[in-house]
Order: sequence, then C-alpha cells, then structure tokens
Amino acid sequence: MSTTAIQPVPLGRRVKRFMADRPLIPLIILLVILVVVLQILRPGIVNERWLANTVKFAIPLAILAGCQTMTMLTGGIDLSVGTVATMSAFIMATQVVNHDPGVAILIALVPAVLIGLVNGIGVGVFRVHPLIMTLGTSLIGTGCLQVYQRTVIASGAKIPPFLAWLGTGLTYGVPNALLLFVPIAILIVFTLNRTGFGRLLYAVGDNEGAARLSGVRYWQVITALYVISSVLAGITGLLYVGLIKAPSLSLAEPLVLPSVAAAVIGGTSIFGGRGGYTGTIIGALILTVLTTLLTILQMPEGARRILFGLIVLFVTAAYLRIIEDR
Amino acid sequence: MSRLVRRQGWVAGLLVLFVILLVITRLIQPGYGSGDFGSLVRAVLPYAFAVAAQTIVVIAGGIDLSVGAMMALTSVTAASMMDGASEEYALFVVPFVLAMGLVLGAVNGMLIVVTRVPDIVVTLATLFVLQGAALLVLGAPGGAVAEWLRATIVGTVQIPGLPGISAWIPKALVLLVVCLCIIWVPLKRSKLGLSIYAIGSSELAAFRSGVPVARTRIIAYALSGLFAAMGGLALTMSTGIGAPIPGPYLLASVAAVVLGGVALGGGKGGLLGPIVAVFVLRLVRTDLTLLAIDPNVTAIIEGAIMVAVVMFGAFITMRSRQS
Repeated sequence: MSTTAIQPVPLGRRVKRFMADRPLIPLIILLVILVVVLQILRPGIVNERWLANTVKFAIPLAILAGCQTMTMLTGGIDLSVGTVATMSAFIMATQVVNHDPGVAILIALVPAVLIGLVNGIGVGVFRVHPLIMTLGTSLIGTGCLQVYQRTVIASGAKIPPFLAWLGTGLTYGVPNALLLFVPIAILIVFTLNRTGFGRLLYAVGDNEGAARLSGVRYWQVITALYVISSVLAGITGLLYVGLIKAPSLSLAEPLVLPSVAAAVIGGTSIFGGRGGYTGTIIGALILTVLTTLLTILQMPEGARRILFGLIVLFVTAAYLRIIEDR
Repeated sequence: MSRLVRRQGWVAGLLVLFVILLVITRLIQPGYGSGDFGSLVRAVLPYAFAVAAQTIVVIAGGIDLSVGAMMALTSVTAASMMDGASEEYALFVVPFVLAMGLVLGAVNGMLIVVTRVPDIVVTLATLFVLQGAALLVLGAPGGAVAEWLRATIVGTVQIPGLPGISAWIPKALVLLVVCLCIIWVPLKRSKLGLSIYAIGSSELAAFRSGVPVARTRIIAYALSGLFAAMGGLALTMSTGIGAPIPGPYLLASVAAVVLGGVALGGGKGGLLGPIVAVFVLRLVRTDLTLLAIDPNVTAIIEGAIMVAVVMFGAFITMRSRQS
C-alpha cells in the first residue's frame, strides 16, 4: 500500500485546499497588495499617521463585523447593528448633558439590550429568518430614535472628553481605541475557540438538528447571541461617536454593509458553522484600505456599494465551491 | 377541495377585515369619502407592486431581498430619463424601464441558478449592487415625470350614467388591477404557472416530474423584477420624482405576503391575498394618521405590526412543518 505512487494533485485543487486550510494567508497577501497599490498611486501616503488613521477607522468596523461573524456562525445575520450603534451613540450624547457620563452610557446601552432581546426571541423562539427580523427591529429602532430626538431637541448634545480621547486620541502614535478593541477581540476569539458557548455557536450553525438532539437549547443560545451582538454594537456606537464627534440619526448606518462584507471576506461562511474572528479583523482592515483606495480614485458612494455587493456574492460563491470540493 | 375553501376563506377573511377597517375609518373621520379612498389607493400602488414581486418569488420557494432596491433603481432611472424630456419621450421610457426590471430580475435568477448560492444571499448582494447603481444614477432625490403619466393615477374613472359608483373607482386602482391581471391571470392558467408552484412546493419532485427547474426559477425572478419595475414607475408617478434610497418596501412586502396567506416555504397561496393584505396594512396606517398620532410613532407601530405578522407567519410555518 505504501509503495503506490502518490497521485499528483492538480495545482488548482492544491491552491483551493490551501485557501480552505489557511484562509488567513491569502487575506494578508491581499491586504499587503492593496497597501502597495495605494503606495504606488500616491507615493508617500503610507506612513505612521496613515497607519494610525486606518487602524482607527477599521476598529468600529471590525467590532461590528464581529457581531456579524458571531451571528453568521449560527447561520444568521444581524442587520440591526447600524441602528443599535446609532441609537446608543445618540442617546449617550444627549443624556450626558444632564447625567454623569457613566450613567449616560448605561442608559444608552438599555435600548441595545432590548433590541438584542427582541431579535433573539424572534429568531430563536419564533424562528423568523434573522435577516427579516433584524431588518424589522432596525426599522422600529429608527422610528423610536426619531421620536426620542423630538424630546431632546432643546437640550443639545455633547461628547464626553474621554470618549473623544478613546476614539481619536493617539498615545506614542498608537490609537487609544486599541485599548478597547484588543480586549474585545481577545474576548471574542477566546469565546469562539475556547468556551462552551462558542462551540455551541459552531454546533448550531453547522447542523441545527444535530445540535438540538444533543441537548442544545437552541433558543437560549440564539437569544444570548443576539443580545451580545447588540451590546457590542452599542459599544461600537459609543466609540464611533468619539471618532466622528457628531451624533446624527444615521451615524453608523454606512457601516452595516461593510461589516457584512468584512465578515464574509474574512472567511466566515454566511451559511454558518465555519469561520472565525481573526479573519474578520483582517477583512475589516482590507475594506478600510479599499475604501481609502476608492476615495483616492474618486469613486462615488454608489460604486462602492456595488463593489461591496459583488465582493459578498463572489466570495460566497467561491467558498461554496471550496467546500463542495472536499 | 377543502384546501381550496380554506385558502379562499383566508382571502375572504382579509376582505372582511378590510371592510371593518373602512368602517372604523369612517367612524374616526365621518368625512372619509371617495377622494380619501383614491389617495389611499395611490399610496398603496407602489407597495402593491412590491408585494406582487415578492409573492411570485416566495411561491417559487425563494425570497427576493432586492425588491426595494430594484424599485429605487427603476424609479430613479425613469425620473432622470424623463427629466427635461418631451411628453412623448415617456412612451419610450416606460417600456425601457419595464424591460430593465425584467432583465435585472432574470440576472438575479441566473446568479442563483449558476452560483448555487441560496436566494437570500444572492439577493442580499444584488440589494447592495442595485442600491449602489441607484445612487450612481441619481445622487439625491430629483428628476421629473411626464404629465400624462401622472394623470393616469390621479382622479377617477368616469362611467357614464353611474356617477355615484365611478367616484369610488380611482384610476390608480384600475391601473393596479389591469397591470396585475395582465401578467398573473395568464400565468396562473399556464403550464409555467404550475411549474412555479411545483418548484416552490418541492424542487426535487418538480425536477423528477420533468419541470425545467432552473428555467422556471429564472422566469419567476424575471417576473418579480418586472413587478418591481412597475412599482418603481408607480413610485415615480405618485411622487413626481425619483428617490435613490428606497422606503421600507422589503419588510412591507414580506409582511403582506405572510399576512396574505402565502407560505414562506413556497408553493402555496395566490396573488389576491397579499394584495388585500397590503391594503389592510396601509389602511391601518391611515387610521393611525387620522387619530392624530405623531407620524414617527405611526412608523414604530407599523414596523411593530409588520414584525409581529412575520413572526406569526414563521411560527405557523414551523408548526405545520412539525406536524
């Protein structure tokens, strides 16, 4: 048996297998290529300041993409993250006028928890498709925010200094936002890889029926997941408003689409059961660099959306091929 | 036979609900008359087409998330083409936009068939793409519409000798009924219509019975695109401009489809139910407005109703699958 010649594996198949086994390496190569292209188009743009700026803008995207990663692992998606982030940012900025910043932040995270709870119950108990459910709650959330805006129109808004420091500040050229992001990222990676809850997410996404028969309480897992996702989105909103410094009713809405794209690029399967957070972080960096590139090329917003849509479609189709091949 | 009765019963129940709501409206606002009914129909028009677009795809066992974006794209295309053009030019614009919807819908279907990625992901991607394209066509709400097109949905149909009844038949309603029937009635009676129900009911069984599954799916999506293009045109006709950011048409269409008795699993239901359902949903909104409720609160209530309806529908689907 050992004497039979090893069948030569065709190159295409080998590349595919390599991509499936180590999805991070092609992603990092892509990131480097993008940075090089940027440097060629605008010589000298890639410096320390640019790097800090890119990281600063990639962090909110990466956290939201973390929400998408976790929900996608169970075969879901959370389209309400943009609305939740906007809500918590806006509520915090208006409540901080009358309250202590800590209290304001707690108040701001209440709607995030509520929306997460409704999402979780809708998806977990009533089995609505997550896409429809989160779209619906984000619609309701936006409506609530508009009503809320009326009540605080006179009081004005401000950003607490420490959030501005966290969002925009640099210490020795390193963005302060990393102070928030690194623990969150470690926590997500740890949860997904090393805890029972993380394993449950993979299990539910991989084969829901099998997970259920093994004694997994589906609705509890899903409810906890969507609440966590919403709270993370709320925290992102607080960070993002410190970065943008202007609370508006559509603050984080433009981040929703890229967050889905970042998770998909990072190798998380939109059908569930496959993927991880490290790929997503690199996906967020790739998208941030790509956005800079498109801005330099003076691509309009519309073209950017088209590109993101095509990326989601092609990457998903490609992953499907890779999985089918095994 | 009993299934047929139950299905028609559902639609009849919806119609009764609609009439009850009309009576309630009359109680809230004693002056609610034919003119208000006309404006209700005009408001329903784009929603009704969005619902038709969603219905046909859901019956075929899929879901089309790009309905709203498709409407936005066709709406801005029509509005920007007619901007500053002559009245006769619109005669060319209308078929062009309808053909565009048909082709884009077919592209949706082809992507699903060729890539074998599930409907929900493909149409999510095309949602992004179409939204982007709409923004490229028109960066901000604008454009114009030919006067005669606006006139086709304003006012009522004059039936000689029956002024009392004709006041209650707005032109918009006639346009809606004609457009839907022209496509739906022949489709429902043809082999193609049967194939669409078949692939929604069970794709494997349909395939083994010799139904061309891929072709049928593409046609279903193409027709959905056509309806969405009609919705886009209706949007432009009723507002007079094109807006690149679509309204909540996607959620509304799914909610109306569920409320209209079409199973989200596919293969069941008809077009009449969802259309009546969308009238019911819009009339609820009218009532809330007549009760002098803040429009933003109205939006919240409406959203909550739609989410509740979809939850209910999902629950029913789950139950029927278990039993």
